[in-house]
Amino acid sequence: MKLDINGTVRDVDATPEMPLLWVLRDILGFTGTKFGCGMAQCGACTVHLDGQPVRSCITPVSTVGARKVRTIEGLSTDGSHPVQRAWAETDVVQCGYCQSGQIMTTVALLAQKPDPSDADIDAALSGNICRCGTYARIREAVHLAAKLSRGGAK
Amino acid sequence: MSAAGLVVAFHVPQGRAAPAPAPAPAPAAPPLPPPNAFLRIGTDDSVTVMIAHSEMGQGIWTGLAMLIAEELECDWSKVRSEHAPAAPVYKHTAFPVQMTGGSTTTWSEFERYRTVGATAKDMLVRAAAARWKVKPETCKVANGVVSHGKDQLSFGKLAEAAMALPPPKTVKLKDPKDWKLIGTPVRRLDTPEKITGKAQFGIDVQFPGLRVAVVARPPAFGAKLAKFDASAALKVPGVEKVVPTANGVAVVAKHFWAAKLGRDALHIDWTPPAGGGVDTTKLMAEFRATAKKPGTIVTKKGEIDAGLAGAKTKLTAEYEVPYLAHAPMEPLNCTVKIDGDRCEIWTGTQFQTGDQMAAAMILGIPPEKAVEKVTIHTMFLGGGFGRRGNPAADFVSEAVIVAKAAGVPVKVVWTREDDMHGGYYRPAYVHRIQTGLDEHGRPTAWDHVVVGQSIIAGTPFEPMMMQHGTDPTSVEGLAESPYLEGTGALRVSLHSPKTAIPVLWWRSVGNTHTAFAMESMIDEVAHAANQDPLAYRLALLKDKPRHAAALSLAADKAGWSTPPAAGRARGLAVHESFGSIVAQVAEVSIENGQIRVHSVTCAVDCGIAVNPLGIEAQIQGAVVFGLSAVLHGKLTLTGGAVNESNFHDYPVLRMYEMPRVAVHIIQSKARMGGIGEPATAPIAPAVANAVFALTKQRLRTLPLRLA
Repeated sequence: MKLDINGTVRDVDATPEMPLLWVLRDILGFTGTKFGCGMAQCGACTVHLDGQPVRSCITPVSTVGARKVRTIEGLSTDGSHPVQRAWAETDVVQCGYCQSGQIMTTVALLAQKPDPSDADIDAALSGNICRCGTYARIREAVHLAAKLSRGGAK
Repeated sequence: MSAAGLVVAFHVPQGRAAPAPAPAPAPAAPPLPPPNAFLRIGTDDSVTVMIAHSEMGQGIWTGLAMLIAEELECDWSKVRSEHAPAAPVYKHTAFPVQMTGGSTTTWSEFERYRTVGATAKDMLVRAAAARWKVKPETCKVANGVVSHGKDQLSFGKLAEAAMALPPPKTVKLKDPKDWKLIGTPVRRLDTPEKITGKAQFGIDVQFPGLRVAVVARPPAFGAKLAKFDASAALKVPGVEKVVPTANGVAVVAKHFWAAKLGRDALHIDWTPPAGGGVDTTKLMAEFRATAKKPGTIVTKKGEIDAGLAGAKTKLTAEYEVPYLAHAPMEPLNCTVKIDGDRCEIWTGTQFQTGDQMAAAMILGIPPEKAVEKVTIHTMFLGGGFGRRGNPAADFVSEAVIVAKAAGVPVKVVWTREDDMHGGYYRPAYVHRIQTGLDEHGRPTAWDHVVVGQSIIAGTPFEPMMMQHGTDPTSVEGLAESPYLEGTGALRVSLHSPKTAIPVLWWRSVGNTHTAFAMESMIDEVAHAANQDPLAYRLALLKDKPRHAAALSLAADKAGWSTPPAAGRARGLAVHESFGSIVAQVAEVSIENGQIRVHSVTCAVDCGIAVNPLGIEAQIQGAVVFGLSAVLHGKLTLTGGAVNESNFHDYPVLRMYEMPRVAVHIIQSKARMGGIGEPATAPIAPAVANAVFALTKQRLRTLPLRLA
C-alpha cells in the first residue's frame, strides 16, 4: 500500500490490520510517535490524518487510504513550529515520552480553536496522559502557542 | 593524562535524614577522575558533559551540566549532555554502584561536577598561558574564551593542549556570590530533541538485524510454566522463533506487531500458584489483624503501655494504602546484542551496575570482567519512578536470556498490560496508631505499628541497609518524625510479612505511606484538641525552625487565615524526606460526589537550589504523581493475578483534574537535599485533611473515597 507520510508517499508492506503506530515506528522508522497503552487511553501515539488527531495505536493501516499522515517529525525540521517554540519557551518537558502526543493534539486543537479556553484545553488534552505531571506547563504553553500562532508577542 | 597528585577534597555527606539506600562508610579521599571522563571540548567549542546518572525527566541532564559550566566558564549555548557509559569512574559518590535514585544525584555530584569544571578551566588557562608565555594568573576566562590583554583563544583551540597537561593539585571553587548559572532558572538542554520526536528512548532503538520479542509471563505470581505449544505462533507472518525464558516464553519476530500476534497465538499451560495465589482482600484483612500486635521494635522511648493508660484522651486509628504500579509512560523494554563473550545492552535503566553484573552472570562472564565485557547504553527513560532501578535487574536479565536463546540481537518490548502485571509494586501497608494526649492535646504517648512487605529483604541491598532486622524504607519519615520528639512514651514497630508479590521502591518510597499516616493522625489529634491544624503543628514544631518556616510560608501563600470560597476547604501537611522539607496546602471541593483538588500551594526547603525552574517542575510533577495515588491508584490481586491492566482500570491523573500548583522555594542555607521525590509524600494527607475540613469525613484509606 501507499502512504503519504509528512508529504512523502511511501510504499509500505504491512498486513491490513497492523496499527498505523507500528507501521510508522517499526517499518518506516518514525520513532517520534510513541507506544504507551495500545488501547487509545494515553494519547502518546497521536498523529494527524488530514489534520485530524487520531490514536494511531488503534488505527489499522488499511483504513488510512489516501489521507495525509502527519507525525511529530512533520511539524518542522528544527523545532520552529509555534507549538514547539511555545513548549521550549515554557520548559514543558520532563521525561518527554508523552510530549509528541501532547504537541500533536495541541496542533490539532489550535487549528480548530485558535484561542482555546482552559475548558477547551481540558477537553482536548485530557486524552493525553503525562506521568511526569507536566500538565500545568502544557496548559501555559498551549496559551502561548495560541499567541505565537496569531503572530502576537509572547 | 595522569591523575597522580590530583588532591581535591572529596566530601561524603553525613548525618542527613537517610535517603534510600544508606551511604557506604566514607572512603579515604580517592583521586578525582580526570576531567576528560566527564567532559569533552570540541574544536568547535562545543562542551559535551558526560552525565553519570540517568535522565528520567528529573532534569539532571541540565542540572549537572550547569555545575560544570559554572566553574568552567564556558559558553552555555555550546553545552550539550550525553549519558555516560557504565564504568567504575561514574559510580555514585555516596554508594559503591552506578545508579540513580533516592533524589540524590544533584547533591551527590555538587562537589564532583563543579570540581571537574574548575579543573578543566585551570588546564585550559595554563595551556593558553603557555602559548602566550605569560603567567596563568594574569589570564581571564569568560564565556568559553581565555584572554590576556588583546590575545584571545577559544576553548576549542586550547582543548587538545589543555587535556595533555598534568592536572592541578588543587582547585578552588567559586564563592556562591559569584555564581552566574547556579541558582538561576535555566531551561532544559534536552528540550529540542524531546519536542521534535528525535529523543531516543530504550523502546526506540533500531539497527539492522535487530529483532523484537514479546514475552508471555506467568499470569499470576507463583504460577509456573507447565508446557507450551508454539506451532500456531510460528505461523504468524513475521515470527521467526519461539524461545523459553526463565519462567515464560518469548516470541521473536521482525517487529513488535508480529511478535505480539505471535504471543497471542501461543498455547500455554500454566500451573496455578500453590495455595491459590495472593488475594488482596484477604491479605489486607491479615495485615489489619497483624497490626493489632506490636512488631519488631524500630524505636522505643519510655513506657508505652503506661503512657497510653495514663493519658487524658486516647485516639486510635488505622491507615491503609494499596499496592501501586509505577506506570511510566514508556513501557519496560531492553535491547541486547551478544557478540562472542561481549554483550551490548540498550535500555533506560536507573541501575547500570546491577544490570551489568546480572548480564555477566547469565552469560558466564566473570564478575571482574563485567565492566569490560558488558556495555550499557543508557537511553532516555520514559519515566522511571524507581521501577527502572531494580536490584533484581528483572527486565534486563530477561532480555539477556532471550537474546542468548534466540541467537540474534533482540529488543524485548513490554505491552502496557505486561508492564502493569509485571510486579515490583509499591507495597500495600496498614498503619495502626494509638496515641494518648495531655490536657493541651499534645501527644504524650504514641504507639505506631506498621505492616507491609520489605522492599530490601532478599535483595543485594539487604546486608547494607537493614537496621536491627527492620527495613528502614518501611518506616522512613515516621520513626524520626519531628512531632514525636517531645513524646515521652513512644513505640514504633514493624511487621514485614512475605508474599509472592515482588515489591520495589516507588517515588518517595516509605514516605508515600508514612506521611499519609503521620500528617493525617496529627490532623486528627489537632481536631480532637479543638485546635487549628496549622497552629497545632507549629506548636509541636517550635524547635524545628525549617519545618515551621516551610509550613508557615505555604499557609501564608495559600491564604490560610482567610476562609476559602463557599464549598471549599483547605488541608495542610509538612514532611521531610530525602533531605528536603516540603509543606503543602491543598484546597478542595466536592463535585458530583468526587473530590476535586483546585490548588496546591507548596513551600520547599531543599537547601541550595541549583535550578529553580527545574525545582518547580519537580514539585509540580511530584504532586501530580502523588495525586494519582490519592484519587485513583489501586492494584488488586485475585488468585495471584493482578486484576488491573491498563489506564482504563488503573486510572492516573489527567489534564482536567490538574490543580494549580504554586511553588515557593525557600532561600535556605541548609545542606542541599533532594527534589525528585519529596513533594509526593505530603499531598495525600494535605488532600485528606482538606476533605475532613470540608465534609467531617476522616478518610484513612487511599485512594480516597467519600462515604
